[in-house]
Amino acid sequence: MRKDYNLEKRKFVIGGFITVLVIIYIVRLFTLQVSDSQYRKNADSNALLEKLIYPSRGLIFDRNDSLVVFNEPAYDLVMIPKDVMPFDTIDFCNTLQISREELDDRFEKMKKSSNYSGYTQQIVANHLSQQDYGRIQEKLYRFPGFFIVQRILRHYNYTCAANILGDIREVNAKDIERDDYYRPGDLTGDLGVEKSYERYLRGRKGVEYLYRDALGKIKGRYRDGADDVEPIAGNDLHLTIDMELQQLGEELMKGYIGAIVAIEPKTGEILCLVSSPNYDPSLLIGKERGKHYAELVRDPSKPLYDRAIMAAYPPGSTFKPSQGLIFLQEGVINLSTMYPCSHGFVNAGMRVGCHGHSSPIALKPAIQTSCNSYFCWGLKRMLENKKKYGSIGQAFEVWKKYMVSMGYGYRLGVDLPGESRGFIPNTAYYDKALGKDKWVANSIISDAIGQGEILATPLQIANLSATIANRGYYITPHVVRYIAGVGVLKRCIERHDTDIDKSYYEPIAEGMRMAVTGGTCRKANIAGLEVCGKTGTAQNPHGRDHSVFMGFAPMNDPKIAICVYAENAGFGASVAVPVGARIIEHYLKGRPGADKEDAAKSGKKGAKKK
Amino acid sequence: MSNNENNNLLKSVDWFTIILYFVLVVAGAVSIYAATYNFDKVSIWDFSGFSGKQFMWAALSFLIGLSLLLIDRRLYEAYAYPIYGVMIILLIVTIFIAPDIKGSRSWLVFGPVSLQPAEFCKFATALALAKLFSTYGFALNSWRNYAIAIAIIVLPIICIILERETGSALVYTALIFVLYREGMSGFVLFAALCAITYFVLVLKFADVMFMGIPLGMVLVFIIIMVLVVAMLLFYCRSLELARNVGLGYLACGLIAAITAYFGFVINGYAFFFTVIGLSIGYLLYGMLHNDMRKVQMTIAFALVSVVFMFTVNYAFNNILQDHQQKRIKVTLGITDDPKGVGYNVNQSKIAIGSGGLTGRGFLNGTQTKLKYVPEQHTDFIFCTIGEEEGFVGSTLVLLTFLTLILRVLVIAERQHTAFGRVYAYCVASYLIFHLAINIGMVLGMCPVIGIPLPFFSYGGSSLWGFTFLLFILLRIDADRATYGVW
Repeated sequence: MRKDYNLEKRKFVIGGFITVLVIIYIVRLFTLQVSDSQYRKNADSNALLEKLIYPSRGLIFDRNDSLVVFNEPAYDLVMIPKDVMPFDTIDFCNTLQISREELDDRFEKMKKSSNYSGYTQQIVANHLSQQDYGRIQEKLYRFPGFFIVQRILRHYNYTCAANILGDIREVNAKDIERDDYYRPGDLTGDLGVEKSYERYLRGRKGVEYLYRDALGKIKGRYRDGADDVEPIAGNDLHLTIDMELQQLGEELMKGYIGAIVAIEPKTGEILCLVSSPNYDPSLLIGKERGKHYAELVRDPSKPLYDRAIMAAYPPGSTFKPSQGLIFLQEGVINLSTMYPCSHGFVNAGMRVGCHGHSSPIALKPAIQTSCNSYFCWGLKRMLENKKKYGSIGQAFEVWKKYMVSMGYGYRLGVDLPGESRGFIPNTAYYDKALGKDKWVANSIISDAIGQGEILATPLQIANLSATIANRGYYITPHVVRYIAGVGVLKRCIERHDTDIDKSYYEPIAEGMRMAVTGGTCRKANIAGLEVCGKTGTAQNPHGRDHSVFMGFAPMNDPKIAICVYAENAGFGASVAVPVGARIIEHYLKGRPGADKEDAAKSGKKGAKKK
Repeated sequence: MSNNENNNLLKSVDWFTIILYFVLVVAGAVSIYAATYNFDKVSIWDFSGFSGKQFMWAALSFLIGLSLLLIDRRLYEAYAYPIYGVMIILLIVTIFIAPDIKGSRSWLVFGPVSLQPAEFCKFATALALAKLFSTYGFALNSWRNYAIAIAIIVLPIICIILERETGSALVYTALIFVLYREGMSGFVLFAALCAITYFVLVLKFADVMFMGIPLGMVLVFIIIMVLVVAMLLFYCRSLELARNVGLGYLACGLIAAITAYFGFVINGYAFFFTVIGLSIGYLLYGMLHNDMRKVQMTIAFALVSVVFMFTVNYAFNNILQDHQQKRIKVTLGITDDPKGVGYNVNQSKIAIGSGGLTGRGFLNGTQTKLKYVPEQHTDFIFCTIGEEEGFVGSTLVLLTFLTLILRVLVIAERQHTAFGRVYAYCVASYLIFHLAINIGMVLGMCPVIGIPLPFFSYGGSSLWGFTFLLFILLRIDADRATYGVW
């Protein structure tokens, strides 16, 4: 046969074609496999299911190591929409014991949620009971893409201290944006120490890497769990709060709106922080949380509002000791300086009323009898001393600086969210409100008796009491004694010395002691305890006067400093003083031993339940 | 059959091809084991599993191969047409009696065994084509002879399209290589290549505008102009025409660029029609001094190219079916659809890409094991190799295939008869098409056309079909010394 050599050359075209193609494919393989690592990541996100393991949240104990808050497991049914296969909805509804409409409704809501993603866990039903959990778990294999995650629910051994403990809620979009630790469905502290100590309480989530096939079925552990991360349990909190005292405080304040703050002066530890009215912290857990929360928000008496640290009240006469300190420090008065009181401060057509006592009067008796006139004269003398200060404005700035050094006008920095700073006006404020150079001492004279523009939180008032008890310094008040495994946070126990000389505190304390033994706070006179006190009867535009008590005891080795503030309850002596006295007496006399245990038990509700 | 003859056979058979075949088949069955390996399945030999079955098919295919080697080559030559006829009849029967399996009617079911006649028609068509070309005096030199050769190729294509197995039908178009080798003008291949290039460019850059017209069109216009100059130079062999036209094009391009620089963009259609029109006018004038026919061809090429380009968009939107359009668009990267049509390819790329240089190791692939890649043991079997054996393993597989194809070409060219040569080229063409399309598809470089990777993809029909093809070739080759030399 004749060979056509021209045609035979064509084998090179055909052979060359497939050779070039194979080379192109090899180059392509190289770019896919060797030079691009993205595919490996995609493969992992395909096949690896990151299953989160939630750590147990830190427990909370009180100052006597009594368990206050603990955890119980709860179960959520979740789905990963991408992995869900068509399923028998009737069977599913029966298993969940919900109606078809409700199921559709839930899916609808889920899809509308801003957190919705086909690739992440979406909650179908939360807070399942143990029985529901068992029933659903058994049938779950029929519904690929659905699974159950375990979470924790908080449980409370006491019905009190909700304002301190706070609660936990599901994170919202803002939380997730702010802190990338959170995933939709996670829990975070909402109020109280649950919020301010969230970082310590929450611990660290663990991760388990599992293989999942294209149908979403779990096929085993990735690398036999070599990359898994164990969850780390949250740190326990030990509070400074004495739950027994807290319990008593809340009972005593029943029927009143207001607050009690008790501080151990030497340490700044808050012994009780009562806000009234209060609520049972157990209301804000589980399925019903939303409903109860809405009710609490709507309640006109605002139980969610922690009056002890958020409410700014006129301090009334409890302010007077601070004024005496400033006047002594600035040399406006000395211990023998006397001012007249003709049933009040009368000057230049201005009158601030007072009550019956001898006149003229010196500092200690003025505190004892809560003389308005004395402190008005003192402030007037100070502000009008142009020789020393130059102008009333500069004099007032000096005054303000002392107040700030005593913890007024700014947040004290308590370790709870939402603290108010109260209000101490400055020169600029009055220049603006009354006009520059248009105001004189008389214009603002009621500041001297804790009225006027002055506002303070019950915490600030209690803190003033602690400062006097310490004779000149205070430790930042705080509610957490220490965090297990972490210790004491330094910022919580800073010592603040006031700008007032220590020696001036003693006469003030003596004045407050006199008020108890023979003045306005006689109801606080407890045998065997040298109680020092100061009443307050704060006028306010909302009706009856507020009843205030500020005190500490014992006088020479103070163990407790206190402020009781009862809104619209009338004279300080009528409500606040007896309440304060009970707290002081209970704390100092009802000492450890059998009675304490009993009291603690009666206050606990969880003990019987469990 | 005497001992002597057997000894001759052992000596003359192409052992190199047999070894390549053996390597590919075993590697294929092992890959299927890996592809279908589940965390609970243990034995590679389990006959209820895919790999067990594939080993069974493989063992049987060795027997088939051996039997084919023992058949006298004269039988193949003598019965080429009857075999072809029977196969075509089988294909037609299949259209009517085959059950509907995933929309295709290409499977004949005999109890537990299903066969796909389309796979076996490959060797029958190859035999028929070989027989045709070995007919005394037959050459591709008349329309009639072209028509007969093309009819032999087109007949199974029609039947298989009627079985709704478009992928398998397209395989036969690869026989154009055989026609090319046997004398068909290379211009046809060139035209086909141009057509594919135009098609891809026009569709891929349909949405990007340039000079007021789609960028794809601009690119095709430019290619046409370059090709016209090239044809004038290499085909018409006229340096003068090529130089004048080429410089003319460059000048016009420069003018367009300068006006565009000064803010006036010439409309693309106006520009290219004018420029190409002018060059055609010049060529008509130039025909007077040159080889008329060849310049005519060049002009015709330019005109047909332009018409084709305008037809493509229309044809694409109006002739191809929806899912075909989508597949092509996904492949060209025009639309991205990782959850729908593009899912296979996307997952396939992820699986292969995750293999890295040396792979995740045998049975350690996650994507294929966890069933992210559909059809992973059939059409997408190459993913498993890519994921578990990595760049090294996949490249080795590709090179083995290349070696086999080149070996078949060597065998083809050492035949002394047109019958042997044409048959061998048929085998090579099939292999080229399967390799090109299957790997191209898996790598996301050409549309998803469901055809298997020879020797690797799961299934007895495919494996046996290629066994028939290869072993008949080996037998023909073993006898090459005895035949065709006078």
